[in-house]
Amino acid sequence: MTGPNLYVHRRTSGPRAAAAWDRRQVLMNNLRTVLGRAFPRLIGLTREPSWLLFEVGLPFLTTSAFVLVYRALQAPSEYIGFVVVGGAMTAFWLNVIWMMAAQLYWEKDQGNLELYFTAPMDMMAVLFGMAIGGMLASCLRAAVVLVIGSVVYGVHFSVDQWLPLLAVFFLTLVALYGLGMMLASLFVLWGREAFHMTQLLQEPMYFVSGLNFPVGQLGFLGALAVALLPLAVGLDAMRQLAFAGGPIVFTTPPPGVEVLILVVMSVVFLGLARFCLRTMERLARHEGRLTARWR
Amino acid sequence: MGRRPTPGVLVSDVPRPTDAISDHAIEARAVTRVYKARPAPVTALAGIDLEVAPGEFFGLLGPNGAGKTTLIKIFTTLLLPTTGTARVFGFDVAVQTKQIRRIMNMVAGGEQSGYGVLTVREQLWMFSQFYGLGTREGWGRVDDLIEAVGLGEQRLQRISSLSTGERQKMNLARGLLNDPWILFLDEPTLGLDVSAARVVRHLVSDWRAAVPGRTVLLTTHYMAEADELCERIAIVDHGRILAIGSPAELKRMVQRESIFRLELDRLDGGPAVLAGLPGVVHASPAGGADAGAALDRQTVAVNLVLTDDAALGGVVGALGSLGAHIVALAKSEPSLEDVFVELVGRGFDDAPAEASR
Repeated sequence: MTGPNLYVHRRTSGPRAAAAWDRRQVLMNNLRTVLGRAFPRLIGLTREPSWLLFEVGLPFLTTSAFVLVYRALQAPSEYIGFVVVGGAMTAFWLNVIWMMAAQLYWEKDQGNLELYFTAPMDMMAVLFGMAIGGMLASCLRAAVVLVIGSVVYGVHFSVDQWLPLLAVFFLTLVALYGLGMMLASLFVLWGREAFHMTQLLQEPMYFVSGLNFPVGQLGFLGALAVALLPLAVGLDAMRQLAFAGGPIVFTTPPPGVEVLILVVMSVVFLGLARFCLRTMERLARHEGRLTARWR
Repeated sequence: MGRRPTPGVLVSDVPRPTDAISDHAIEARAVTRVYKARPAPVTALAGIDLEVAPGEFFGLLGPNGAGKTTLIKIFTTLLLPTTGTARVFGFDVAVQTKQIRRIMNMVAGGEQSGYGVLTVREQLWMFSQFYGLGTREGWGRVDDLIEAVGLGEQRLQRISSLSTGERQKMNLARGLLNDPWILFLDEPTLGLDVSAARVVRHLVSDWRAAVPGRTVLLTTHYMAEADELCERIAIVDHGRILAIGSPAELKRMVQRESIFRLELDRLDGGPAVLAGLPGVVHASPAGGADAGAALDRQTVAVNLVLTDDAALGGVVGALGSLGAHIVALAKSEPSLEDVFVELVGRGFDDAPAEASR
């Protein structure tokens, strides 16, 4: 026993006073929840170095394969840059699909979800914490791929507008993680097994997002991807801005239009994430289950 | 044990819950809960009426599938009642979830929450942020509680490497982080060894005793635990409360007669000579270990069932006139298990094994 405050931490006159939080307390609780939930993701970077192999080493092999193919075909050098940028963005998609979309499902299995629901913060703060923690951790992974790929394969960037490029990158992450936050609830609601759902989405998304080639090459499918998938539109806009003035003719909308698409996606996905979260909690409280179908 | 004074804290130093908007810490009115299932809906709660006073240590005792966990889930805002109303310190579980979540916490037995990559200290700090503690305040509170639950040596150990007992101590520390006014404990000592279970019980009792008004709702199917900790107990089976009262009151419900065990230096004519005395319902030789021990001591052991305690005087007088001397006298108390058997018609172990509801 350490002292008189051991079992008496916050002295309130009673349960009513303890339950009456003002707006500042609510806001601070949610902000601290974001920090608290991001914490294990950042700590994990130092405690589980296996990410260097699984999230940098293995994806880099795929990137290298495409680079070698493009070189063999004597494709314009910008294609090498496209592949390296795509390889860097892979880190974010892997993080979104495995550590965002599937995460609430695993939280449920572990018993964390019940504890989250019984805590006073907004569940959206938990999702934001997961997203920000994952985003920061993935930034490091993406940077490692980008630097190694650029050095090893001699990529020359031609950036005329740094600010729009950074804005597109930021918006891409917001929209991408907004999608992940929405999928997190959907996986719990509809998933028989998060592992299978994740695998089901992973490869098709690589393909239609044009991770290793300009998405415009997919014709109508590429246009559809640009309209619907944050990774596709964000990656295309970043390529247009990072390799400006080159010989490649982009058949997709200009970066300005793609920025607008990303803004709309961010708002829509974050709104849908909130809606899906509410639906999940309502279903859990009304029907005594979290899934919309039997597992 | 539950009535021991709390170390380091004077009751007069701490506030009483003067602002309660309800006379009850917990209140349930005609609560039912029906789960949709195939081939037929499952009724987990079939009309629960319950009131728990602020500061009470209240137990729900019942076998698996009795509805205990469902009731706790309703009070902790995880589940809505199908019909009826439930309140926690006057806050309606259906609409005032945020208020309830700010003043309560829950700990379940076998809980595997958290992230294995974190240490005990980090894990608890993470939860402190969810519960509204400040960033630095959280670290201080965590360190205090780690010492309180006896995890000082494991504070920097990853939670994935904790033993079951250590894990449950950490879970309990998590449950106390936000200084709740009401703590819900769902089988908190499940799977713990005797020593770890004792530590958990002591901690909960000490914590509750530190501030008047702190309330504990415990579900358990360990009768001795409920008997030791709870001021009142509700015996639940098939979604209904069969009886409610203090452990002593519940035991008295089934103890319609007084039962004594007598050990005498001699008894000519055997127990039958006592059977006809006024107030004696039944007198028989003691069996089992009692009989064996008496044989070793060359004494006679007798089980005596009396209409009430007052009849014992007549028996003692009669024994004197028979020339028998009393070597030992003990009154047999019924256990909560006897109460359960009387009410339910079967023992805990005989209860149908259903999934916890």
